[in-house]
Amino acid sequence: MGNNLISVNNVSVNFDYQENFISKKQKIHAVNNINIKIQKGSFFGLVGESGSGKTTLGRAILGANKISSGNVIFHDDERDYDLTNMNKQDLKEYRKKAQLIFQDPYAALSPRMTVRDIIAEPLEVMKITNSRQETDERVRDIAAKCRLNIEHLRRFPHAFSGGQRQRISIARALVSNPKFIVADESVAALDVSIQADILNLLKQLQTELNLTYLFISHDLSVVAHVCDVVAVMYLGHIVEMGPSRQLFKNPKHSYTKALLSSIPSIDPEKRSEAIELKGEIPSALHPPPGCVFRTRCPNPGIDCKGGEIKMGLTEVEPGHWVDQCCAL
Amino acid sequence: MSHLLEVKNLDVKFDTDEGRITAVENISLSVDQGEVLGIVGESGSGKSVTAKSIMKLNPGNTSYNEDAEIILDNENVLQFTSKQDLKKIRGGKVSMIFQEPMASFAPAIKIGAQMVEQLLIHKKINKDEAKSISINMLKRVGIADAEKRFNQYAFELSGGMRQRAMIAMALSTMPKLLLADEPTTALDVTIQAQVINLIKDIIKEYQMGVIFITHDLGVIAQVADHVAVMYLGSVVEKGPVNEILKNPKHPYTKGLLQALPDINNLDAPLSPIPGNIPSPLDRPTGCVFRTRCPHHNPEGKDGKIEMKLIEVEPGHWVDQCGIKCGQNG
Repeated sequence: MGNNLISVNNVSVNFDYQENFISKKQKIHAVNNINIKIQKGSFFGLVGESGSGKTTLGRAILGANKISSGNVIFHDDERDYDLTNMNKQDLKEYRKKAQLIFQDPYAALSPRMTVRDIIAEPLEVMKITNSRQETDERVRDIAAKCRLNIEHLRRFPHAFSGGQRQRISIARALVSNPKFIVADESVAALDVSIQADILNLLKQLQTELNLTYLFISHDLSVVAHVCDVVAVMYLGHIVEMGPSRQLFKNPKHSYTKALLSSIPSIDPEKRSEAIELKGEIPSALHPPPGCVFRTRCPNPGIDCKGGEIKMGLTEVEPGHWVDQCCAL
Repeated sequence: MSHLLEVKNLDVKFDTDEGRITAVENISLSVDQGEVLGIVGESGSGKSVTAKSIMKLNPGNTSYNEDAEIILDNENVLQFTSKQDLKKIRGGKVSMIFQEPMASFAPAIKIGAQMVEQLLIHKKINKDEAKSISINMLKRVGIADAEKRFNQYAFELSGGMRQRAMIAMALSTMPKLLLADEPTTALDVTIQAQVINLIKDIIKEYQMGVIFITHDLGVIAQVADHVAVMYLGSVVEKGPVNEILKNPKHPYTKGLLQALPDINNLDAPLSPIPGNIPSPLDRPTGCVFRTRCPHHNPEGKDGKIEMKLIEVEPGHWVDQCGIKCGQNG
């Protein structure tokens, strides 16, 4: 498949939900019929509010959530991995190649392990290295790349600040030499001055180690800054997708427009230009039929108000896809 | 005219096992009626401690300096010791909105009952009156089906709705001063925009003074009239919001602005402030920012310049060491 590293084809993820043990089982449609291609070496951004399904999609691509329908293909150099149809051996191999960086660096690191042990654990678990010496070498190597001092390795996580802890998490994710990284809200818990540092580090590591990222975030200004391609999610659907500059300069979907206008502007003279969205994101148990955004849409068309228009992306400009309800 | 709230030379110290920590040092602030004072700073800069001092909500190991004054409505809050006096400020003259609305409501008591309870403490009214005030307030903050929500528990409400209920509860006693501690941080941007507009409307309507604490300079630009920038327990720069954001003088304020990703200027590189915020246990002497300052002047670097705010333009105060450094870059 040429330049793509990941192909997500018609993927849906449903969860079973039962309010209490006598009530009927229901389905939560967390992710619906998603198609994305992530190119090698790209910084792919996934934005949306809480409850939009971005984390579920990220985890599904890593094989951490069960995919209900559709498939995910990981195009490695020699062979393709089909995530929906993998045996244990393949899954083990895949784990080495795709890793996750978590949101909260305070919860992600075991307080009882030294930094060296934390970073070395993936190597030991996946049996990548054969001797302690080799493990140590790789740990030191990746720690240096993530700008951690060698003497830090002997300490425990409590001795570190949020930014340093996030660097430890990054080192742990990268030590197995993966090709694909899912960074799930990896800078959300950090102060702005530190956030900039971690974003720069991720960028630098990308070129150094040939990484491909899926960067999940709710912060549009961060995504606009670091990502090449962005997909905007709402209630389990991608409503708009395209090269990030193009998408942010010329958003087509009314949800993207509203999101962009909601970012509080740093200029005190530009107050309250936000397109205010009424209400909140509906429950994924009972998504509105047709366009999922129509219940909050500030300017719905006559057709989509009734829910007659089905969800589906159309290409409005080369590479820029918008849900057909808003593209019309 | 005297200010609604005036904080003068406030130091807050905590006694801990590892020693005495200076959380806040020599802070002076004032808030007028109908005015929003924004306090910005990173985690650990002492924003919340300052706000909590106004209600004397800091824990038992806290000590305040003797010459500090917190004058609220012509009374020095720091001299209040009796429960009766403290009750007057906590929830009466001053209300607080917290960051995490789930943690601020009792989980096993209905929202309505919690709202009525605090009204009965502060106002001489009966239960039915308190109930109607609460329901009106819930309607005022934009909660649909206020009567139904009144009889629900906090977990039954969504995040944005909970924050609205929290605001309704804080405002129902008609406080003179509202302390909002990161009230929009846990919310999604679209909900954040709703809540910010709501808070602005309400300030206008009730003419209360507000201290708005946040780490988000964008939010500050949207709501505040005046801003104080805090770093490691000290105010390094304060003034009118336009001045601070458009014409910052202190290297820390400049650093914060440069580290912020701006969606309108995607070509600007993100420049982090080097280093980490020092532990309050080894607070630098002299200028607190000197260990991370990118443009330090030689005396400031050695800690020879005391912290002192100087008025550079009418109403715009900057730390004297920061003025020198600010000129370097």
